[in-house]
Amino acid sequence: MYKISTDHLTELFSSISHDRALYMPIEKNGQVQFDRWMEDKKVRLDALNTVKSPKDLFFPQSENIVAFKIKGKNISIIENRDESEPFVVFGVRACDAASFDILDMVFLQDPVDTYYKARRDNGIVVTLACSEPEETCFCSVFGIDATNPSGDIATWIVDDMLYWESLTEKGERFTETIKDLFESADFLDEEALKSHKEDVEKIIEKLPLHDLSLDGFNSEAMDEKFNSPKWEELSEACIGCGTCTFICPTCQCYDIRDYDTGQGIQRFRCWDSCMYSDFTRMAHGNPRTSQVERFRQRFMHKLIYFPTNNDGVYSCVGCGRCVAKCPVSMNIVKVIKAMGVDENV
Amino acid sequence: MQRIFGLIKDRVGALLADGTVDRVIGWEKGEFLYDHTPAIFNAEDDLVDLVYDGFCASNLSKYLIDESKKDGKILALLKPCDTYNFNQLIKEHRINRDNVYVLGIECRGMLDIDKIRALGIKGIEKVEEQGDELYIQTIYGDKTCKRNEVLLEKCINCKGKEHVAYDELVTSGEDIPQVESNRFEDVEKLEAMTSDERFAFWRGELSKCIRCNACRNVCPICSCVECVFDNKDSVVASKANTDEFEENLFHIIRAFHVAGRCTDCGECSRVCPQGIPLHLLNRKIIKDINEFYGEYQAGQDTNSLGPLTDFTKEDVEPSIITEKGGEK
Ligand code: SF4
Ligand code: SF4
Ligand code: SF4
Ligand code: SF4
Ligand code: SF4
Repeated sequence: MYKISTDHLTELFSSISHDRALYMPIEKNGQVQFDRWMEDKKVRLDALNTVKSPKDLFFPQSENIVAFKIKGKNISIIENRDESEPFVVFGVRACDAASFDILDMVFLQDPVDTYYKARRDNGIVVTLACSEPEETCFCSVFGIDATNPSGDIATWIVDDMLYWESLTEKGERFTETIKDLFESADFLDEEALKSHKEDVEKIIEKLPLHDLSLDGFNSEAMDEKFNSPKWEELSEACIGCGTCTFICPTCQCYDIRDYDTGQGIQRFRCWDSCMYSDFTRMAHGNPRTSQVERFRQRFMHKLIYFPTNNDGVYSCVGCGRCVAKCPVSMNIVKVIKAMGVDENV
Repeated sequence: MQRIFGLIKDRVGALLADGTVDRVIGWEKGEFLYDHTPAIFNAEDDLVDLVYDGFCASNLSKYLIDESKKDGKILALLKPCDTYNFNQLIKEHRINRDNVYVLGIECRGMLDIDKIRALGIKGIEKVEEQGDELYIQTIYGDKTCKRNEVLLEKCINCKGKEHVAYDELVTSGEDIPQVESNRFEDVEKLEAMTSDERFAFWRGELSKCIRCNACRNVCPICSCVECVFDNKDSVVASKANTDEFEENLFHIIRAFHVAGRCTDCGECSRVCPQGIPLHLLNRKIIKDINEFYGEYQAGQDTNSLGPLTDFTKEDVEPSIITEKGGEK
């Protein structure tokens, strides 16, 4: 393990950004987003959840796929996908790091999504452990340890020291290139970090959503949950905006659209939302015609369908973004409590 | 707030019990006492979950478009500002008035959880209101702050404590502090900028937009059966802002679609996850309308003609409008 004083982070960042793009939580107009680091940007490593999750760096909200040029009776196909460059994303929290594993299950499965894969291959994920979780956080419910985030490299900030540990080969190789900036952490550092983690773990245990139980959300319960009369009531306030899906780090649905440029067609893909009325619209019409069905889809997908198809892994990481941002404060926690076992009540 | 809530609950219970109404739309208690959700209550017994406090900002009038088309009568708990949207929807023939019983409820101003967080208060588990003081229980210890430090933007610029539509009012008899404010102050600041500065201001704000549609879907005036942005035949339909142009245009088009109808209820700004001050776009248009066609408040009544759907000889010439929109 290495360490660097937080006073020297600017040097670290400028050295990293020397030969590749560096993204991290940056404040712009009062909101914190993963944005490209530059020396004059306002870095906010204290901010817990960015509004948009860092999935945007691997699965952007919109991206070009291919273009068609039409000349007379000829159509030429132009490969014009957005180039992916080597980059580092710094300051990813444990929940968001876990969301990348979930996205991998979707996009790296056969047939591999080459657009996503290129960015995954080009990106190095440097995570940052949490020290002051919010009441909306419930990552622990999904077995995620906020004090030991995954990623290629994990970091911790304790007082004015940042600790740096490579977790993968990719992380190791990258650390080699900048190791001159670090000092080696010694026994005392290890002790300080250990006791810091213990303090944070105590906070996590006290979080109000820490004891949320997911009992009863499994493939056996599929029909029972699907047919539950509770969806009607749970969904009645939902305004179908899609905010929850756009800010969610694990939501993975997209739409492919053609844009008529006047001289041809630009085909692009963009995030879609199961909360939208035209989601799953096909030639014959739409199988989900009401907001109840759309609302149910979002939660059935995260809590039942996804784990059924992926060895029991839920496609929620408990980041709490939807808990904080839904305009009507309806969210996955309220759904789990209403639909799950009695001990949640 | 406690007292008024008790009065409201009693009255709602009585109206359900005597059959005056069949259902009630109000707010249901949340997880953390600041995250209440609009909900429909069908029986007196369900009212245990009913809540009314400083975190009931959501404007329930839009739900009445669908609810008033169902059988039976629904009681709607509407704050003063919500009744403007109610009127506007009546005017636009979107709500079946006969099926709604409006219980106008007193309001002391709603609170902004993000402003509480901005004070550096983290891990909020419980918020208690005692007069002008807020007692906040957090994972990191107890905190306090002043109520008027953390009012929602829309409540700082409250239109007043009078309901413009109601079947019955519930009041506590307590003194409700009236707020003195000029809601056009920030618009005036924008008007004083050069067009480059103004463009930079709006680019800074609108570049944050993730096109989540919360602003549009929450807006009681955005009540088109199919929005132009969802209509695949409209050419502008889109789910993402693929470039800066789309980022700007989505909002400009929306502001124009609600022009002369927007009641300035502030819901769009309240729900924007990115904190974009959308109310400034609407207020600029409201201010211009006031100056061109005379003072007008959308939703004040249910029958007057709107400034943009009416014609009088006093209306300004189009050339003036072009001038106002141009370089200062
Ligand atoms: S659950 Fe909330 S955020 Fe999601 S679509 Fe419904 S209203 Fe919007
Ligand atoms: S469903 Fe909500 S809490 Fe779960 S990962 Fe998505 S945004 Fe986070
Ligand atoms: S604008 Fe006025 S009436 Fe409306 S919620 Fe705020 S304080 Fe209450
Ligand atoms: S609510 Fe905010 S982020 Fe969402 S579409 Fe509207 S302006 Fe954009
Ligand atoms: S545009 Fe905004 S302020 Fe105006 S009516 Fe709609 S939600 Fe309310």
